[in-house]
Amino acid sequence: MSLLEVENIVVDLPTPRGMLRAVDGVNLTLDAGRTLGVVGESGSGKTMLSRAILQLLPRRAKLSGAIRFDGQDMTRIAPETLRKLRAKSVAVVFQDPMTSLNPVLTIGSQLTETMREHLGVPQSEAILRGVALLAEVGIPSPEQRMGNYPHQLSGGMRQRVAIAIALSCAPKLLIADEPTTALDVTVQAQILDLLAREQRSRHMAMMLITHDLGVVAGRTDEVAVMYAGRVVERAPTRELFHHMRMPYTAALMAALPKLDAPPHTRLPAIGGRPPDPINPPPGCSFAPRCFYADAACDKAKPPLSAPDRMAHQFACIRPLPVKVAA
Amino acid sequence: MLKLIRRRLVYLIPVLLAVSLLTFLVAALLPGDMAEVLLGDQATPETLAALRHDMGLDQPLLVRYFIWLGHVLQGDFGRSFRTGQTVLAAVAERLPISLELMLGAQLIGLAIGIPVAIICAVHQGGRFDRAMTGGAFAMLSVPSFLSAILLIWLLAVEWQILPATGYTPFSEDPWANLRGFVLPALTLALGEWPVIMRVLRSDMIATLQEDFIAMARAKGLKQSRILLVHALKPSSLTLVTVTGINIGRLIGGAVIVETIFAMPGIGRLLVTAIYSRDLMMLQGVVLLVASGFVMLNFVVDLLYATLDPRIRHGRG
Repeated sequence: MSLLEVENIVVDLPTPRGMLRAVDGVNLTLDAGRTLGVVGESGSGKTMLSRAILQLLPRRAKLSGAIRFDGQDMTRIAPETLRKLRAKSVAVVFQDPMTSLNPVLTIGSQLTETMREHLGVPQSEAILRGVALLAEVGIPSPEQRMGNYPHQLSGGMRQRVAIAIALSCAPKLLIADEPTTALDVTVQAQILDLLAREQRSRHMAMMLITHDLGVVAGRTDEVAVMYAGRVVERAPTRELFHHMRMPYTAALMAALPKLDAPPHTRLPAIGGRPPDPINPPPGCSFAPRCFYADAACDKAKPPLSAPDRMAHQFACIRPLPVKVAA
Repeated sequence: MLKLIRRRLVYLIPVLLAVSLLTFLVAALLPGDMAEVLLGDQATPETLAALRHDMGLDQPLLVRYFIWLGHVLQGDFGRSFRTGQTVLAAVAERLPISLELMLGAQLIGLAIGIPVAIICAVHQGGRFDRAMTGGAFAMLSVPSFLSAILLIWLLAVEWQILPATGYTPFSEDPWANLRGFVLPALTLALGEWPVIMRVLRSDMIATLQEDFIAMARAKGLKQSRILLVHALKPSSLTLVTVTGINIGRLIGGAVIVETIFAMPGIGRLLVTAIYSRDLMMLQGVVLLVASGFVMLNFVVDLLYATLDPRIRHGRG
C-alpha cells in the first residue's frame, strides 16, 4: 500500500458558462519518503489536484474518485476526523508566502498554534520547538523573528517560515505548490534545496508542483506531466528527461530558456492555447497545438498507458521515438 | 507608535479649527440674533442697537469669531442666557446620559452585527445569509422614531417587561437606570447592526478567500479559531472605520431617541437650545460634540494600528 493513492479523481467547478472540468480522471501513487514532481502550465489542473488531495477545494467544486492516505479515503471521512489528521498527515507550502501567512498575526503565533492544536504541547514548549524549527530552516536570530510580523521579513525568509510551519507537526507528506514561483531567482534554488534536505532527513514524501521542468529535474524521483486536467506523461525523472515520449512534454522542455543559446534567440513558445476546459475537444486535448498530430488524434482521448516500458506511461498515439542510447 | 500618535495629533489642529469656525458660522448666520430674542416684543431699534453693542454683536463676524475662540481656548464656552448655567456645566451634566445611551447602542449593535456577519459570510448565499441581508436592508430603512414606537408598544405595553420612558440616575438605582436604557439603546442599535453586519460580512467573504485562510484550514485549526483569530481581525478595519463614523449618526439619532424616551441627554439639550434660540449654548454644545467626534475618530485611527501591524510599522 502506498502512502498516497489518488484514484480516478475528477474535479468539476461550476462557472457562469457551465461546468469546468479542472481535473479529469487523474491516478497517482506516492510512497513514503519518495518525491513526485507535478509539472504543467497554468490551468493544467495541478493546483486543483493538490487542493483536492488537501481537501481544500472551493465549496462549490464537485469531486469524485478516491484519495486514500495511509489507506483512509480522505473524501469520505468526517470533517472533525479530517481536521485532526491535517498537519500531521499532509502539510502544504503555498506559492506566495506574502498571502499564505496571516498579515496580522506574529510568526510565532502562526508557528506555535499548529503544534499546540495537534501535538498537545504547552505554549512554552511550542515556542522552544518553534525557535528550533526556524533555526533549522535557516532563519537567523530566530528568537527575535518569533515576535515579527510577515511583512517584516523578505520573501525568501517568509517562505522559510511557511516551510517551518508545514514541518512543525512532522507530516508524512508535504505538498509544495509552486513554492518558488513568487520568489527572486536568487533565492529559488536555496528554497528548493532546503525542501529537498528536509524531505530526505525527515524521510517525508513530497509532491513538488511547478510549471518549470527545470525545478523537478534532479530533485524528484518521479515526474507527472499534466495538461488540460489529465496526466499525459509519467515516468521516473531520469527516464523522462532521457526519453520524452509525449510531444507536449518535449514542447515544454523546448520552451525552457537555455543559457548556451546565442544572444537574441527567440524563446520557443508552445503555439496556440490550451483547450477550453468547459467544452474540451473529443480527441487528444493537445492535438490542436501538436506538430505530430494527425486526424486520428482528434478522434478519441488516448489513455495513459505504458506500451513499451512499465514505468514510463504516456497518453499519446503518435509518441516521439525512443532515443537510442549513444 | 508614539511618533504616529504625535503625527496624527498635529493633523487634528486644522480639523478642530475648521469645526469651530463652522459651528460659529452656523449659529451666527441663523436669521435673527440674540439681542432680538432677549428683548422680544419690547425691542426698539435703539435698544436693540445698544444691546448689540454691549454684546459685541455689532463687530465684524471674523472679530466675533476670534473673540469667541479666544474664550473657548481658555476653557470658557460661555453660558446659557436662559438658565445662566455655563455650557460646560450643562454638558457635563447631560453627557454621561448620552454616552451611556450611545455605548449601549453600539454594544448591542456589535453584539448582533458581528455574529450575524460571520455566520452569513461562512454560509454565503445560504438561506440564513439571504434572510439576514434582506432583513438588514429592511431594518435600515425603518426610521428610528417608528422602531422606537414599535418597541415601546411591544416591550413596554404588550409584554410590560421594560419601562416605556424616563431616566433614573445610576447613583439612585443602577438596575432601574440600566432597564431604562434598554429600549432607547435598542432603538438606536436597530439602525446600527445592519451597517455593521453588511460591512463586516463583505470583508469576511473576501478574507475567507485568502490563501492564509486556506493555510489555516490546512493546518487543521478549529473552525472557531480560523474565524475569530485568522479571519475576523484582518476583516475588521472597515468595521472599525464605520463604527467610528457611525458615532456621528448615533449623535443625530440620540437627538430623536432622547426626545421620544424623555432622556435628559445632550440631544435634548441641543433641541431645547435650538427652540429657545440659546445660541451660546447651541454653539458650545455643537463644538464640544463635534470635537468629541473628531477625537473619537482619532482613537479609531490608532485602533487601525493595533489591528494591522503593517500600519503600525509605517507601511500602511
